[in-house]
Amino acid sequence: MTTAVADAHDEHHGPQKGIRRWLFTTNHKDIGTMYLVFSLIMFFIGGSMALVIRTELLSPGLQFVHPEFFNSMTTMHALIMVFGAVMPAFVGLANWMIPMMIGAPDMALPRMNNWSFWILPVAFGILLSTLLMDGGGPASGWTMYPPLVLQTGDAFPFLIFSVHLMGISSIMGAINIIVTILNMRAPDMWLLKMPMFVWTWLITAYLLIAVMPVLAGAVTMLLTDQFFGTSFFLAAGGGDPVMFQHIFWFFGHPEVYIMILPAFGVVSEIIPTFSRKPLFGHDSMVYAASCIAFLSFIVWAHHMFTVGMPLSGQLFFMFATMLIAVPTGVKVFNWVATMWRGAMTFETPMLFSLAFVFLFTIGGFSGLMLAIAPADIQYHDTYFVVAHFHYVLVPGSIFAIMAAVYYWLPKWTGHMYSEKLGKLHFWLSTIFVNVTFFPMHFLGLAGMPRRIPDYSTQFANFNEIASIGAIGFGLSQLVFVLVILTAWRGEKATDRVWEAPRGLEWTVPSPAPYHTFDTPPKVRVAQESFE
Amino acid sequence: MPRGVTELSAETYDLHMMVFWWCVAIGIVVFGVMIISLFKHRKSKGVEPANFSHSTTAEVIWTAIPVVILLLMSVPAAETMIRLEDSRDPDISIVVTAFQWKWHYKYQDENVEFYSSLDRASIDARPKNSGIDPFSVDNFLLEVDRPLVVPKGAKVRLLITSNDVVHSWWVPDLAIKKDAIPGIINEVWFRAEEAGTFRGQCTELCGKDHGYMPVVVEVVEPDAYLAWAATQRESGPRVAARQ
Repeated sequence: MTTAVADAHDEHHGPQKGIRRWLFTTNHKDIGTMYLVFSLIMFFIGGSMALVIRTELLSPGLQFVHPEFFNSMTTMHALIMVFGAVMPAFVGLANWMIPMMIGAPDMALPRMNNWSFWILPVAFGILLSTLLMDGGGPASGWTMYPPLVLQTGDAFPFLIFSVHLMGISSIMGAINIIVTILNMRAPDMWLLKMPMFVWTWLITAYLLIAVMPVLAGAVTMLLTDQFFGTSFFLAAGGGDPVMFQHIFWFFGHPEVYIMILPAFGVVSEIIPTFSRKPLFGHDSMVYAASCIAFLSFIVWAHHMFTVGMPLSGQLFFMFATMLIAVPTGVKVFNWVATMWRGAMTFETPMLFSLAFVFLFTIGGFSGLMLAIAPADIQYHDTYFVVAHFHYVLVPGSIFAIMAAVYYWLPKWTGHMYSEKLGKLHFWLSTIFVNVTFFPMHFLGLAGMPRRIPDYSTQFANFNEIASIGAIGFGLSQLVFVLVILTAWRGEKATDRVWEAPRGLEWTVPSPAPYHTFDTPPKVRVAQESFE
Repeated sequence: MPRGVTELSAETYDLHMMVFWWCVAIGIVVFGVMIISLFKHRKSKGVEPANFSHSTTAEVIWTAIPVVILLLMSVPAAETMIRLEDSRDPDISIVVTAFQWKWHYKYQDENVEFYSSLDRASIDARPKNSGIDPFSVDNFLLEVDRPLVVPKGAKVRLLITSNDVVHSWWVPDLAIKKDAIPGIINEVWFRAEEAGTFRGQCTELCGKDHGYMPVVVEVVEPDAYLAWAATQRESGPRVAARQ
């Protein structure tokens, strides 16, 4: 009798037909897919803005755009990449994989899940539409520092509104993930047995809930300063422009870990699989991620060493920032120890993960250099900083997202993607990402400020190299699209897909059926089946 | 990064190089181990994977060593930081006020003040498709009509503020970068030990012409400075004239 009931249940809850399936879906896999597709589209929109920037900077002198438009390109590029590409991609991966990794049938709050996705296209529709408004798009940098941001034209309230919507979407997504992880694990999935991707997302979701309201508060104060006569940040009315920077970076620094912790989780899944060896120091990885999350709340003012803080404040933020190197180092050492004496193979997900470890570590080194306050005064707001955060975001977060897509794509589609195209995509991306961003270190040290549309002639050579690299990187992403579009053509994938992955997601068929784990799986039985 | 012309700019440079070499050393060890592993421990060589998954000793060691390295770095960094903030007993004080998009300098004891903005040659060459090759312009975008003039060897204190949005005053050779913020007066100081012309730019996004407000400081011999200040006083404050 139970089987009959289960069957009827399945039939009733299969996907709806046509557009209604996507508009009204409450299925974590559908919503995950929509998040991932949305983020890919945003990646290309934000990327083309980056190409506008790099084309203008190809050689000295203004050739293509006006300075105002250049500034709105840098602003929009950052907002779209941070809130539109990287964060939704990780939420999409979380939606798809977390229920399958912990043995849950779906996310805990499926209707809210639908809502939190569908807010995003609206938010970014509004944000992109500001480019057509009087006074142009927002041009004050994604950091939105007042008083400059208050000089934005008609776009200003729309900018604030879209940031609010992004925040609401992230908070709802984060609540959903926390509730799912804490309540819907399979019976013998103890917290410390959870896969690293689930762990890092749990920590990330807490960070999101803690800081997105802070951002919302900051931009609301901007709104009232502009339209309702308050003076939170206006010196003339007794306010303090620096207070905005403190509030913004209290959000902004945890935000950078929001974008990197799930990436740590992804590579902590992939490296053991292709090293055929368990993750080294699982528990210390969890503690390290928690340490990083905690420290992220007490280092915000290292973005502000030049605003004129008291000496004691500067020293505190310098020491606290340097401390982050310790847990981050533990993570890198653990990955290396996982590879040590393994039996490695180099499929595309592994290649992206290895590049992640190398290049993220380079970004970590420049981060350590930036932590040294007196030196930071020289680096601050130069291309050295641009090089640093692009190293941790592009070959950091974005490579991890790509690694994750290659790793789980056969599970999603039921077919192997083209390994040849995947490797081509990997090598092109890795070469061009370095050609683009490595010269920026030299530009910064040579004295080129960031966010300038034109520069003095001594910076010409390195800018030319960086621009060529950026165009190459942009074009190589078309290979990625090709891989995804042809992903259904390859040979059938087995349930386990790879030789040695561990984790509940590999016990379900490929492609994963619309509903998985209607009854909770036996984790230990699954583990033993892998031995 | 330039070594610069002040004691503190040299110290900052040394800090930068010290941390850089530490990073290189750590990089060689970590990447070295990783590369050895990548070549030796691959399945195509027929190795059997080991099955260890933790080692408390190893983890304690690679937590402790970074802590020691960080302590070694933090002491000289803190010392430099403390000296950077010590702006007591200056010989000259200059109020620097930022505007969209130029600088205003006012010498506190000299009755001298003037605006300093992008020079004519760069202004002519900067518009889109101006037809002027930037390479033909001397110090393209890094030259001003009237530079800040200071004497060599004197402790110069700058009081930096802004009239509109946040700007930032940066000269790499002096290792000084300080935000100009409306409603707040920030203090910095430097003592240039070499004469010469030193160039920098605004480094905080301040609107459309952010890339077009360079900073130029001319360090001259003390006698030349006194002579310069005298001629400036004679010609009177130039506030109105330059608006």
